[in-house]
Amino acid sequence: MRYLPLVLANLGRHKRRTFFTIASVALALFLFASLRTVVTTIGAYATWGNVRRLVTANATGIVFPLPLAYANRLRAMPGVEAVSWANWFGGRYGDGKRFFANFAIDPESYLDMYPEVLLPPEQREAFLRERSSAIVGVRLLEVFGWQLGQDVTLQGTIFPGDWTFTIRGVYDVTDPLINDDMLMFHHDLLDERIDRAGIAGWYVLRINDPGGAAAIAKAIDDQFRNSSAPTKTGTEQEFNASFATMWGNVGLLMNTIGLAVVFAILLVTANAVMMSARERIGEVAVLKTIGFSDRTLFALVMLEAGAITLTGAVIGLGGAKLLYRATNFNAAGFLPGFDVTTGTLLGGLAIALVLMLASGLAPALHAARLPVVQALRHVG
Amino acid sequence: MALVELRNVFKSFQRDAEQIDVFTGLTLDIAEGSFTALMGPSGSGKSTFLNLVAGLDRPTTGTVRVADAEVSAMTPGQLAAWRARHIGFVFQTFSLLPVLTAYQNVELPLLLTRLSKKERDERVNIALGVVGLEDRMRHYPRQLSGGQEQRVAIARAIVADPTVILLDEPTGQLDATSSHEVLELLQRLNREFKKTIIIVTHDPHAAERARPVLHLEKGELIERQGVTA
Repeated sequence: MRYLPLVLANLGRHKRRTFFTIASVALALFLFASLRTVVTTIGAYATWGNVRRLVTANATGIVFPLPLAYANRLRAMPGVEAVSWANWFGGRYGDGKRFFANFAIDPESYLDMYPEVLLPPEQREAFLRERSSAIVGVRLLEVFGWQLGQDVTLQGTIFPGDWTFTIRGVYDVTDPLINDDMLMFHHDLLDERIDRAGIAGWYVLRINDPGGAAAIAKAIDDQFRNSSAPTKTGTEQEFNASFATMWGNVGLLMNTIGLAVVFAILLVTANAVMMSARERIGEVAVLKTIGFSDRTLFALVMLEAGAITLTGAVIGLGGAKLLYRATNFNAAGFLPGFDVTTGTLLGGLAIALVLMLASGLAPALHAARLPVVQALRHVG
Repeated sequence: MALVELRNVFKSFQRDAEQIDVFTGLTLDIAEGSFTALMGPSGSGKSTFLNLVAGLDRPTTGTVRVADAEVSAMTPGQLAAWRARHIGFVFQTFSLLPVLTAYQNVELPLLLTRLSKKERDERVNIALGVVGLEDRMRHYPRQLSGGQEQRVAIARAIVADPTVILLDEPTGQLDATSSHEVLELLQRLNREFKKTIIIVTHDPHAAERARPVLHLEKGELIERQGVTA
């Protein structure tokens, strides 16, 4: 502690340089935290899922529908307690710049299927009663400044035309990994307007025994194997995991970019610390003459490097944590539950420590090993 | 009684292929409580002498003893601790850390001790009082005149109450008035506080106040003035 004024005074020697060095470390670690959180959020989503829910989709691909007639046959399968279904709608609102997910759902069965979706009873009743109504996530309501009872019109992209819905419910979620940035409306309405096509994008099933999930899934797929629309059934977690793989090897990409940024900043920081140390050779000589040991001088330079990198780390990592939490960021619904994890913060701090060592070690060793008589030539 | 003893000291430097012999068997005693001036032309070995006494450099052969400690045999770690306790050093250039106030500059040697903040504060105030700069303690070096800067450097040199104070051309960059003030101060430190002072100088006014005055030339002691013992 007694050396703190000396360390702080040295950091204040070139305030602008110190500021920009700290800022560059902060920015690098902010980017690291952001990119890493994309990876952890996708990872968390890929492992999320209720063990009592299965998802049945077209075996050819999720974009191909299944007949709505499968609902009754699925409901009749041994071990299946409940069935619901949904369809990706793909509507745009306004200029379409702000994307959000919107689905046609079978309202009652879908809300029963997802107790994680919280809707006040009177709003639920109103939604179930009115076929042209919709429910929206609390975040989506805030984004657009909508109000309960307001009509909103989406432009269909998959199902052309203007689709106007009355907002009758605003849902919240109990789990941050569930998207609260969506609009959901009656599947009946979709079915009616596309001339009773009788299609469902996918089915969600609740089973009575999680241990029997594999057997039930196989039985379902076997039943539809030779039909015109064969199915692929898996647990909700498997379904989410396969969805997550559609991002590609995003982990490698994000980690590579993150580390490249950190490495670039390492060079900037190391250069700044080295410049600062080089300018003070004469002062190092004076301190050695006074009696400062090589070890103390080594520690002082490392403390300076540490003060820069750790201050940058606190600003960058803390800033990322606070910013994403305060703004409830979820990448327009693509990354629900986007939150900088403790693991990411610790990883960022570890990087800051590496930055401190890598940037401070060379100048600290130089200061410690500098022969005092040689250094005295720089005095004055 | 000799406080500083050099015995048969050889000191050589290698400059490219050439070997430069600074001292070739120098033997010299400096008495405790003396105000010794070391004079001589450039390259005569004056600064090397100070570096050897301060333990900043080592003799090629021979021994250097200060207050019964064999400086030439100490490890670098021992030397740093020893210097902090026994040596006060003042340079020709004022050598204050520009980012620290006068107070903080003077406090530097005390950071290496176990003294509490309060004790350090007392000592710094005393040292700045001795050099007459109590009212400048919050000033940075750039806010001080050359003479004031050198007086702060002297305060820094005496604050830890060292055994010996070494000064390398302390008036070399000062005007006549400031030079006079600094020399008055050194004389007072010697007379009132019984500090042993060794000053390397070209300044005849500085030499006038010192006893003894040693003349070095090509690494050899060629003349001693004012030696009473």
